Amino acid sequence: MPSLDDLRKRITSVKSTQKITKAMKMVAAAKLRKAQENAEKGRPYSEKMNNVILNLSKSITDKENAPKLLVGTGEEKVHLCIVLTADRGLCGGFNTNIIKKAKSYFEKIISENKTLKIITVGSKGYDQLKRQYKSYIVENISFKESKNINYFDADKVGKIIIEKFEKNEFDVCAIFYNKFKNVITQIPQEQQIVPLNEDKDVSGNDNDYEFEPDEDEILSNLLPKNISTQIFKAMLENSASEQGSRMTAMDNATRNAGELVDRLTIEYNRSRQAAITKELIEIISGAESL
Amino acid sequence: MSNLFNIDIVNPEQSFLSKDNVFEVVIPAVEGEIGILKDHIPIISFLKPGIIKVFSESEEQSFYVEDGIVEFKDNTLSVLTSSIFDLKDADKNFVSDSISSAEAELSKDNIDDQKRFLLNHKVEVLKSISIN
Repeated sequence: MPSLDDLRKRITSVKSTQKITKAMKMVAAAKLRKAQENAEKGRPYSEKMNNVILNLSKSITDKENAPKLLVGTGEEKVHLCIVLTADRGLCGGFNTNIIKKAKSYFEKIISENKTLKIITVGSKGYDQLKRQYKSYIVENISFKESKNINYFDADKVGKIIIEKFEKNEFDVCAIFYNKFKNVITQIPQEQQIVPLNEDKDVSGNDNDYEFEPDEDEILSNLLPKNISTQIFKAMLENSASEQGSRMTAMDNATRNAGELVDRLTIEYNRSRQAAITKELIEIISGAESL
Repeated sequence: MSNLFNIDIVNPEQSFLSKDNVFEVVIPAVEGEIGILKDHIPIISFLKPGIIKVFSESEEQSFYVEDGIVEFKDNTLSVLTSSIFDLKDADKNFVSDSISSAEAELSKDNIDDQKRFLLNHKVEVLKSISIN
């Protein structure tokens, strides 16, 4: 049975923890709104980019000579995985969910005897993966210094990918991130960016475009840009998801702390009352014996 | 009949400009400037560093772009670019920085002709901006 003093101390400590989680929740809520706005603002660009590429790839007739970024190298031996996570913790299952998704993909690759290469973006992903997959991690990028997510950071990652592709260091590239559905739900996503998964559902708009310069040249210039764009989109979705996830996690923590305080207070009052009753009994029985 | 069409300029972070009352746009495409009017044939092209001029009923705007893609379809002109700014609020320091970095790039030996051409062009355009 903890003493009254111990109980009082515990109640104060839980209360101050609750204050911290509450503050974090509110900060996350404010950041979430901004992140969500940014994600929405960034959407038209990646959508338009996708459209243009779709239209272009449709008009390519000579599949043999099409850019390799679009059709692949013809092999599927080396897989490069980009794992995008947050730089901070305390955001519920956000990082763990991405890692879980990525790990199941890794296991599949390894069991098929293919080569696996990993690039982690964000320090939390690196921390969680380095224990098990240290030998596979080829690069670890972190944008801790940049306050906001900007396109240049995404472009840096994109350039690394292109560089590796041109050196024939991988055949297939996939990115892992959390897609923001709503504040409570974030869905871990696996998206293949090299070779580009061709969308089968392109019938309906058959515009005959005029190309200047020709299709191949445009495509080979556009595809590297598209990789950066996809990464940027993933980063935006990720940041919105991170804040959403943190908000829910901190909301839960605040509520749990509240419950704990209630329980501890009851226990405290009970043992206080017990002490008083005990003293009363002692006084009464002492008086009776006189 | 109106001779107006839509223009959307987007960069990765946000939608930069969206108008539905322009009658002519001049874009610096890779193989030369293109003037686009209503009912232009669908076209996809690249941009080289240069000035986009947007003529609408009420005003005329000019923007500097570094690179990007343009698509014209169904009387909507979409410009996708990662670096763009309005000439009106051009930052002198930024312009001179860009010029010097482009010139530094030019002085390297290992660049091919096409890149050299683009960089030269970029310097030219930027210089013309800084004079104004």
